[in-house]
Amino acid sequence: MAAQPPKYKPNPKAPRQALPLLNAEVRSRTPEEVALGFTPEQVSVEAQRCLQCAKPTCVDACPLHIDIKRFIARLADNDWQGAHDVISEQSPFPGVCGRVCQHELFCEDSCIVAKKWDPVAIGSLERFAADHARLRMKELAGSYPQPTGKKVALVGSGPASLIAAYDLVRLNYQVTVFEALHKLGGVLAYGIPNFRLPREILHEEIARLQNMGVEFVVDFIVGKTATLEELFEEGYEAIFIGTGAGLPYMMGIPGENLVGVYTANEFLTRINLMEAFKFPDSPTPVRVGKHSVIVGGGNSAMDAARWAKRFGSETTILYRRGRAELKARLEEVEHAEEEGVHFEFLSAPVALYGDENGYVREMECIRMELGEPDDSGRRSPVPVKGSEYRIPVDTVVAAIGQAPNPTLQKVTPQLITKRGKIVIDDHGQTSMPLVYAGGDVVRGGSTVILAMKDGRAAAKAMHEALSVEKPEEVEA
Amino acid sequence: MTNRILAKRELAPQITLLEVEAPRIQKRWKAGQFIIIRPLAGSERIPLTIVDSSAERQSITMVIQAIGKTTKEAVAMEPGQALCDLVGPLGEPATINTGQEVVCMAGGVGVAELLPVAKAFHEAGSRVTALCGARSDSYRILDEELMGVADVLQWATDDGTYGFAGNVVQLLLSIAGPGTFTEGHVIGPIPMMKAAAEATRGWGLKLHASVNPVMIDGTGMCGGCRVTVGEEVKFACVDGPEFDAHLVDFDELTRRNRAYREMEQEALKHDCHIGLG
Ligand SMILES: Cc1cc2nc3c(=O)[nH]c(=O)nc-3n(C[C@H](O)[C@H](O)[C@H](O)COP(=O)(O)OP(=O)(O)OC[C@H]3O[C@@H](n4cnc5c(N)ncnc54)[C@H](O)[C@@H]3O)c2cc1C
Ligand code: FES
Repeated sequence: MAAQPPKYKPNPKAPRQALPLLNAEVRSRTPEEVALGFTPEQVSVEAQRCLQCAKPTCVDACPLHIDIKRFIARLADNDWQGAHDVISEQSPFPGVCGRVCQHELFCEDSCIVAKKWDPVAIGSLERFAADHARLRMKELAGSYPQPTGKKVALVGSGPASLIAAYDLVRLNYQVTVFEALHKLGGVLAYGIPNFRLPREILHEEIARLQNMGVEFVVDFIVGKTATLEELFEEGYEAIFIGTGAGLPYMMGIPGENLVGVYTANEFLTRINLMEAFKFPDSPTPVRVGKHSVIVGGGNSAMDAARWAKRFGSETTILYRRGRAELKARLEEVEHAEEEGVHFEFLSAPVALYGDENGYVREMECIRMELGEPDDSGRRSPVPVKGSEYRIPVDTVVAAIGQAPNPTLQKVTPQLITKRGKIVIDDHGQTSMPLVYAGGDVVRGGSTVILAMKDGRAAAKAMHEALSVEKPEEVEA
Repeated sequence: MTNRILAKRELAPQITLLEVEAPRIQKRWKAGQFIIIRPLAGSERIPLTIVDSSAERQSITMVIQAIGKTTKEAVAMEPGQALCDLVGPLGEPATINTGQEVVCMAGGVGVAELLPVAKAFHEAGSRVTALCGARSDSYRILDEELMGVADVLQWATDDGTYGFAGNVVQLLLSIAGPGTFTEGHVIGPIPMMKAAAEATRGWGLKLHASVNPVMIDGTGMCGGCRVTVGEEVKFACVDGPEFDAHLVDFDELTRRNRAYREMEQEALKHDCHIGLG
């Protein structure tokens, strides 16, 4: 594409616009969304900070290759709907990704403006484009052509499958998504809190796929309700496995099964999926006591801690490394701090103690110091002898990572796995013909955008396999 | 999969049988497996054992004791209506061996859950003695069905109005000892399962208990259903629900199952207030 001069005079020196937030004191008490989104004035300023580079590195850096340069130009031009159209060429999920994607690691990390100033706030601009196209999306609902091609099945309804569905339905495939739970979205539905991703945003973006003709089947566990072989027998010609990494690691310390000790998955599922924050107006409760300790340093830990805070609990994040090693999105760490979550670095739990009824009451911790770098290149924590100490707790959440859910693999021995993760080739194909996989089930705990990248790659490979293998297939 | 209720029958006070259309589950389930339902869109997810199925009617059967909010919602539904959600079959099938001298023990609504296991043992060519407990004569359920699959069926009632006066474990001790049985299955209230395990320790009996912890997803995703079995922590929804009864930490299971009791009672009260307007 020939470089077009921008219609506006870029002003990268203007300060990067700060995302307006709900007041920290207020938001630490409600499930309302924390980030309010840019105002139109801010969008104008922020969009014009973009240099409209001849070679936009951000577009390469985005795993979905969204044409960031072009959508920002539209925003600068006050063409909000046009910006959304540009994003839609690559992604139907700007509302989701504008909120939860780790932009600082991808597009914003590669932004040329960042060489001298702060990077363009691409994430917040993406979100703005999404939020201002919601009405328009509703209007378009009935206007999509319905698919008539071959049948393909996608297992799991997380981001990996959702993007694959979008790509495949646009190629005229009849796509069915099978989801084990009663709600769609994978981690987006059960893991990420409402205050980061309001559910109507998620529902509307998924509804767009439905309107395009993607069929969603909930309450269907592939491997239990039907096997892969049965799906092939039922006429699905290729299958994508996007079942995520839903198997929580346990801490493996004494007292772990005391009442009040949760995995992040259970804690977040109770609150997000089953809406325990509305209890007793919703039927599933969660126990959040006066003192909550969340163990871990990733997104799940931040999410659990911020929920605990919203239930009125004194909340501490206990992390065995230092602040610099936290794996969560930077924004979430900052928000947690603002909301009054206390961070205790270089410390790890060694045991939990309960009362006579089996309720957790105390945690024994040990101080850590950073030693030699481990395989991941990060300095690994080493316990400091004799530094044990105890703190009072009545809610403990272990947010220490998860492994792929083994259900499907267990009944499908032909699927080769390595340490629980499904092994794929360069095209996303598994050890079984016409069975593909991607996202957390392949990577272990990863990110939304990398899951989408995998889903897109697999969709492409599925299309190639199905169009090459049996062209012009006629039914006998 | 329509989840439509085809039939409903009250087996005993507060114990209701629902037959629900579920073609896929009907085709695949095995004795010992369960399902999770949400009767209504706003309901909690609750696990229920699959009791029976009919290929002809493309259906499965579940038996529900209406004690909590969600179970009450379920039994208030009528044939023709559909459960909002139904997923399964979940968990691993029960261990069923051939040529064994088997004792199957259950109490209360567990008797319904025992039926498919007893049937499977029977069909596998084992000799089945079923020992079933109920509060009182009028609370006995599925007597006829059990008769069809057990070589011996004996009842124990707490008040002595039918069969043995006492509980199932007392009944067991009155008829058996070390060596009488080679394999067993127990399902029911935790105190009963625990007593059965204690009573048979050292009998040389392989006793399987089907445990009932609190569950949410039922797919191995949350760990809420964890149970200590010997030295190991197991997720009952995917590793179980059946475990070696002699290794299960029933006391821990009791404590974990009580975790939400107060909160749930509060919720029931809350509903009453809403009901009263
Ligand atoms: C609490 C939390 C917060 C996070 N926050 C962020 C964030 O802010 N930004 C970010 O980029 N990443 C974040 N992540 C990581 C990100 O959510 C995941 O990397 C991403 O969702 C993976 O997508 P996926 O499609 O592979 O699987 P998932 O989203 O895990 O979805 C898998 C789905 O498959 C279903 N399933 C499993 N087995 C079966 C089966 N046999 N049959 C049918 N269905 C099945 C599951 O129920 C689930 O719905 C977070 C993760 C967690 C847990
Ligand atoms: S119910 Fe969640 S893991 Fe078993």
